[in-house]
Amino acid sequence: MKQQLVVVGNGMAGVSCVEQILKQPHNFDITIFGDETHVNYNRILLSLVLAGEKSAEDIVINDIDWYQTNGIRARLGVKIASIDRDKKLVIDEDGGVTEYDKLILATGSSAFIPPIPGVDKKNVHVFRTLDDTRALLEKAQPGLKTAVIGGGLLGLEAARGLQMRGCEVTVVHLMETLMERQLDATGGDYLKRKIESLGIRVMLPQQTAALFGNGRVDGLRFASGEELEADLVVIAAGIRPNAELGRKAGLEVRRGIVVNDYMETSDPHIYSVGECTEHRGQTFGLVAPLFEQGRVLASTIAGNRGAAFAGASPATKLKIMGVDIFSAGSIDESVPGVETVRYEDPSLGVYKKLLLKDNQLLGMILVGDIEDEHTYMDWMRSGIDLTPYRRQILFPPREADPGLEVAAMPDSDIICGCNGVRKGDIVQAIHAHGITTLAGLKERTRASTSCGTCTGLCEKLLRAVTPDFQEETRTTLCSCVPFSYEQLRDMIRGQKLKSVEEVLNVYGNRKGCEVCKPALSYLLDMVWCGDHDEDRSARFINDRVHANIQKDGTFSVVPRMRGGVTTPDELRRIADVADKYKVPMVKVTGSQRIDLLGIKKADLPKVWADLGMPSGQAYTKGVRMVKTCVGTEFCRFGVQDSTRAGIELERRLENLFTPHKFKMGVVGCPRNCAEATVKDLGLVGQDGSWQVVVGGAAGKSVRKADLLITVETTEQALEASDLFFQYYRENANYLERSYDFVERLGIEKLRKETVYAPEADKQKLLDRLARSKALAKDAWLEGQTPMSPTQFVQIQPIQTQPREAQSL
Amino acid sequence: MKSVREWTPITKVENIPSREGRAVTVGDVEIAIFHVENRYLTIENKCPHKGGPLCDGIVSGAIVVCPLHGRRFDLETGMPVRASEPSSVITFPTRVEDGVIFVDLGAGRKGQEEAA
Repeated sequence: MKQQLVVVGNGMAGVSCVEQILKQPHNFDITIFGDETHVNYNRILLSLVLAGEKSAEDIVINDIDWYQTNGIRARLGVKIASIDRDKKLVIDEDGGVTEYDKLILATGSSAFIPPIPGVDKKNVHVFRTLDDTRALLEKAQPGLKTAVIGGGLLGLEAARGLQMRGCEVTVVHLMETLMERQLDATGGDYLKRKIESLGIRVMLPQQTAALFGNGRVDGLRFASGEELEADLVVIAAGIRPNAELGRKAGLEVRRGIVVNDYMETSDPHIYSVGECTEHRGQTFGLVAPLFEQGRVLASTIAGNRGAAFAGASPATKLKIMGVDIFSAGSIDESVPGVETVRYEDPSLGVYKKLLLKDNQLLGMILVGDIEDEHTYMDWMRSGIDLTPYRRQILFPPREADPGLEVAAMPDSDIICGCNGVRKGDIVQAIHAHGITTLAGLKERTRASTSCGTCTGLCEKLLRAVTPDFQEETRTTLCSCVPFSYEQLRDMIRGQKLKSVEEVLNVYGNRKGCEVCKPALSYLLDMVWCGDHDEDRSARFINDRVHANIQKDGTFSVVPRMRGGVTTPDELRRIADVADKYKVPMVKVTGSQRIDLLGIKKADLPKVWADLGMPSGQAYTKGVRMVKTCVGTEFCRFGVQDSTRAGIELERRLENLFTPHKFKMGVVGCPRNCAEATVKDLGLVGQDGSWQVVVGGAAGKSVRKADLLITVETTEQALEASDLFFQYYRENANYLERSYDFVERLGIEKLRKETVYAPEADKQKLLDRLARSKALAKDAWLEGQTPMSPTQFVQIQPIQTQPREAQSL
Repeated sequence: MKSVREWTPITKVENIPSREGRAVTVGDVEIAIFHVENRYLTIENKCPHKGGPLCDGIVSGAIVVCPLHGRRFDLETGMPVRASEPSSVITFPTRVEDGVIFVDLGAGRKGQEEAA
């Protein structure tokens, strides 16, 4: 007959223990009680749900099918009120009775609510469960004054989540520095600066004396007498083990339910895991030791008592993108014999501190650079003698054998703390599913899909384990913001960054340079479809004054002539402008345009007004022009109306920006008079169809464009052009010409992602293009309404009486 | 070192947007004034390399990058950022009073002097 195993608690610790039990031969009939109505979810990721980066469904660990498939009775929304140890029964709140042979208490913990007057007012919340998160999401809205009480891990993550929903967030913390249990004062200051640069206010040290308001909370009153207005208050002041059930049942309980190294309580039929436990005087709030407890208990309960839980040294990582914080081990400097080694770089926001004793690593604080976290953890756990490493201890040399670091890790080591994925799981998945890429690994194991800090380690594992690991090629933008374009696009989108300054403050060195600023400007414009905060100081001079700077500091002006078609009127105006401004050179360009060279910056707005034509964008990384032949209109060989199609193509895409300049051509027959096959995008007319070709070049190198697709109608050709154009905008690296992009991705893939993509995906590309287009303007309109009073104006020194002499 | 400065009023602070530069010609001197982190810094508006208008360069902290060929100069000292480039630019003492930028045009110093 099967034994009845009852688990009280449907959280991460309890369910992960059950998962371990299921992996071994066992003879249990399992029932899980959960007082929340949800299936088992990843509580660690609630802050990402709050921030809108993940949905509630995304963080489900085991869906209802899992319970059914494994024959587990899930009793959700049922709270256990008491245990009858003599009769071996658990009794739920409605009086229902369930027998057990073995009982696991995995009741977790709850938010600690400090005894402050007014915590019972409306709009005062805690942040602990999915329901708490949902309640907060209902209240959160742009501009809402929000106070988070508590500057620890959870408080900061909640603050960031709410701020990303647009709330005006202030973090109020009792102590002198943030996360003081994990960081020292210096580390806390670095963290504070980072948090503030994200736009979150931090008030330290500030003791909340009361919450005031009439029924609803209106704000906080501090012990100092100061007040802070707040329409929403989140209390994140710590957690308390839920040990009440054990206490009432007469188990040995101190702060938590006391367990031994085998996770046994004082009753031989009752076990406990998770945040409700106390082991050797220690309670737990982080996920890694709880998974470890689950494994130990699974062995114990399945009759293999032997594996022992040895406790865990605390290790904490903050899950706010761009704010890298890692702390582990003992950070207490006052222990006799402890030496500290530290490094800091204020402008990079990097702070590292290692605590050593007898040449062994006891603890660490890493802020802003957590690359070496695993090396350090390995040193700390193994307790190796660090004498040979002392000179490079702050920047440990990369292993000559890249596989060594991961080879040295035990299979049980957690690689991805967010999703609880162990090294063994990853190695197994790689073998079982023939995974060769990081993307594949993410899909299979969910490792590295949440905060991303374990990405490097996952790659190392892949490299070590799989014979044909395919590295994802990544180009780092520049040392000011050392991330790949892919990462930057994700960061800008995910963290809702709208300006170059924000990106540099959060992810960079706060300064930027001539390489990254224009690139970030482009990315922001592209990601937000033009609805970003434009910062002209981050643009190259050409994009500040919408003309091309020449070697003598003057500018060239190229008006737009769609399709290379002009009129006598336009030509007369161009001639008049050339005369009036004594333009030193008027030149016909290779792109069927007219270039006026040698114009002074201060004359630009007047020149544009006199021309009465839009900007030809010949100075920027954007849509340059469409060159056309005369096509069917006049040419006796023409089979397609190339001028009309070219003018329409130019009209659709003009005023938009691209990773590099983007030139197009449309020809009415395969004789290719307007050279469409060496353009970034070309339409080649044939009898009854158009060839859409992409990635051509006639610059430093010559490359014949690849055929993207052949279509029957002009409208189809234009749509195919739109698809490729937007795909290139979204996926090319800045300053990557279309011909390099096409070669890098391959035309096959490009076809699949654009013209052969599912309708829904195509529509999304077109929608984003339409949104960008709706906000794109003729840049020369700024001649009339400049961005700053001196955008074009030559400043004249203030006229005053003779120079005044002053002594300093 | 002289103790009396001759401050020439140049322009209102709002005419120099943050992290940008603007050129002003005073008599026969063309200067470029930059607005960097709530300070105003002035250098000669001519890159020693090929005469590029430094006022039009992108700034990176307190460094300006010439828009023509990317030479970089420290706005505070006038020194080139790459030590291998020999030439520096002149810097001018600058201060702000009542929202007006004043420059001491007579006290311009070549970058090298700073180090001496």
